[in-house]
Amino acid sequence: MNSNLLVVIAASAIFYGTPLFFAALGGVFTERSGVLNLGVEGMMLIGGVTAAWSSLHVGGSAWFTVLVALCIAMLAGSILASLHAFLCVTLRANQTVAGLSITIFAGAVGLSSYFANIWKAAQDPVTRQVRKLDVLGLADAPILGPLLFNHTILTYLSWVMCAVASWYLFRTKIGLQVRAVGESPQTADAMGISVVKYRYIHTMLGGALAGLGGAFYSLAIVPTWVDGMTKGAGWIAIALVIFGFWRPGLTLLGAYLFGALQSLGTVLKARSFDIPGDVLDALPFVMTIVVLVLVSTRFAHKRIGAPAALGVPYEREER
Amino acid sequence: MTNSAVRMTGVVKRFPGVIANDGVNFEVLKGEVHALLGENGAGKSTLSNILTGLYRPDEGSIDLDGTPVSFSSPKAALDAGIGMVHQHFRLVEPFTVAENVILGNPQTAFVIDTDSTVERVADLARRYDMAVDPNAKIWQLSVGEQQRVEILKVLYRGAGVLILDEPTAVLTPIEAEALFKTLRAMTAEGRTVIFISHKLDEVMSVSDRITVLRGGRTVGTVATRDTSTRELAGMMVGRSVEFSRATRRNPGDPGDVVLSLTDVSCEDDRGREALHGIDVTIGRGEIVGVAGVAGNGQRELAEVIAGMRTFTSGRILVGDKPLANGRARSAIADGVAHVPEDRLHTGLAAGHSVEDNIALKNYRTPLLSRFGMLKRNVITSQACDLVTRYDVKTPDTATPVRLLSGGNVQKVLLAREFSTKPKVLIAASPTRGLDVGAIETVRQRLVEAADDGVGILLICEDLEEIMSLADRIVVMYEGRLVADMPAVGATREQLGLLMGGATPETSQ
Repeated sequence: MNSNLLVVIAASAIFYGTPLFFAALGGVFTERSGVLNLGVEGMMLIGGVTAAWSSLHVGGSAWFTVLVALCIAMLAGSILASLHAFLCVTLRANQTVAGLSITIFAGAVGLSSYFANIWKAAQDPVTRQVRKLDVLGLADAPILGPLLFNHTILTYLSWVMCAVASWYLFRTKIGLQVRAVGESPQTADAMGISVVKYRYIHTMLGGALAGLGGAFYSLAIVPTWVDGMTKGAGWIAIALVIFGFWRPGLTLLGAYLFGALQSLGTVLKARSFDIPGDVLDALPFVMTIVVLVLVSTRFAHKRIGAPAALGVPYEREER
Repeated sequence: MTNSAVRMTGVVKRFPGVIANDGVNFEVLKGEVHALLGENGAGKSTLSNILTGLYRPDEGSIDLDGTPVSFSSPKAALDAGIGMVHQHFRLVEPFTVAENVILGNPQTAFVIDTDSTVERVADLARRYDMAVDPNAKIWQLSVGEQQRVEILKVLYRGAGVLILDEPTAVLTPIEAEALFKTLRAMTAEGRTVIFISHKLDEVMSVSDRITVLRGGRTVGTVATRDTSTRELAGMMVGRSVEFSRATRRNPGDPGDVVLSLTDVSCEDDRGREALHGIDVTIGRGEIVGVAGVAGNGQRELAEVIAGMRTFTSGRILVGDKPLANGRARSAIADGVAHVPEDRLHTGLAAGHSVEDNIALKNYRTPLLSRFGMLKRNVITSQACDLVTRYDVKTPDTATPVRLLSGGNVQKVLLAREFSTKPKVLIAASPTRGLDVGAIETVRQRLVEAADDGVGILLICEDLEEIMSLADRIVVMYEGRLVADMPAVGATREQLGLLMGGATPETSQ
């Protein structure tokens, strides 16, 4: 394999990894507050379809349209996440079931497809896209050009967000309180921290980021609306949260690893390597299973430490 | 009175079916250690939960420094300067001490300055003579150190009134002494301490005044120097208490060994060594009491013998048959019965019926099933028989166990364990949380079983219980047996010292 091919794979790993990272970072916030969100896939698809529609119908300059489309996708994702928060935090429903039902409700052949039908979102290709930039005119520089200077604005945003998220979770008071809510809601409650408020906010923040990830598919990767276009990216994102040990930095690395696996098929096919496409398509999911098996071992359990109250509804003890 | 810190007048709190506080009057003066004394269920916890804003009283009033107050939440009480140190700690385990101390404090800056926080927490700890490293993670700390973090938390918030709920229950005698010193340092600065307890001795040694509760009412408030443990005991239980040894029909035979452990070691859930080379034997009909502060390996000891945990070295014999390592099913088959500490989770399936729970141990036998099909009628009649014999109060045998009272739950468990005709019974805190009548019944059942030749390992934190039931007492400390002595002649002081890690030489 020559270095050129490696660069192409690395660059497209960053491209394909970006939406995975957004969705997984959302998962980090949500799970750090103690809520397990299996509705990510559904939220991504809702984000994808609303972004595609907005891109086709919102007027104004191109960048304004794209900006509005991204905001609407995030809003749509967080609205769906607020439903999840209502089920899990207010009604204290089983979080696994609530999340699954949201993915089934909103996902492929669900609400997202319905919206696509009534809005005719798939009729025209999306022309107002999130495009790759040529930063400082260095996009064509050897090796570093494709790796660092030829990405969409969202990829650069994701790098900033990764740093901000780490700082937020581990250096600020609010971050400390989020983690306390996820580890020991009883303690947080006794110290006057509103468990309900923190869980709502961070679940909705997670939904917004999942929506943004979905928008990346319909505005940058494909770029048009295709039913079920995320093809399980939401599930990979959920695994990534675990793979990243609930830390933004590691999650970013994990996202690029999975991005590489996803891009491998496209890149290798384009260079007529003779590997069956189905095998390549299955790679990210095989890897997901491998990762989940590895982190489920006893050793990993001792090391990584999921938020202790993850998936557990909080109820103040009463007699 | 002008120097009143807290005054509660006519406080009533009702729960469905119970009146937990029935017109309680309670006044605490500034700068004193005021003990709130009473048996389990006397209403101490309810009263403190009202004072800290967790419950709202149905009637009555609370004055803080002479001003009427009403708390809608624990936060409101905390903001008003009332801090609670719970019996079950409210700490975030993966966080450091300093992080726990500043958690939820409105004065913390948005961006946390770790260095200055650590510095301030260390200063506070030094001021009150509490040894704790602000950078340590909570899970690395001993229970005593964790309690200090809880105290630091409320002090850091500037609480003027501290409520400690049974603070010494988890402490060694030495740690308790250190705690008392800290409390003194706090009252010397004008802070007020409310000390909830049911232990007479420590109340006598730590408090300035004592309020006794019984059955949800105030019995009275006395100055500590004007009272005695005898008077307090009388006020607390409403009758004079005699503590005596159980009478035995058949004394045990230590020579006829039914269970022996030789050099047994094992690890706890975190992979650290929990038992170090345990050697102990139980004779036929003998009750061996295991004394020790919780968390010194008692749970692991019980689990190893019951086949619920694998031992890493050593040998266990039931009779003269070696026990299969870590296999609960063969332990049962070999005649080991187990009454675990957590009866509703480990002992019984809470949502299942009484009869199913009773059948759980012997449903595989031809008596209760054939070709994998249960014989429901036999299961029901077996259960009816045992329910009558063990005097379980239940509407019928199809009632889920979780609907029964604590005493009846324990009777169901005992009925099941004894119905398999065990050679050995491991009983962990078998009377914890039960009412007086049920405690009596459970103890009676244990003595009867011993009279019938069952060897019993009684693991228990309650020294009275061990001293009144056991023939022999062993003491566990940090995963080792540090003493093995006949129960007759053993004293509380001696056991207390051993439980706190003093060596036998120094304890004599």
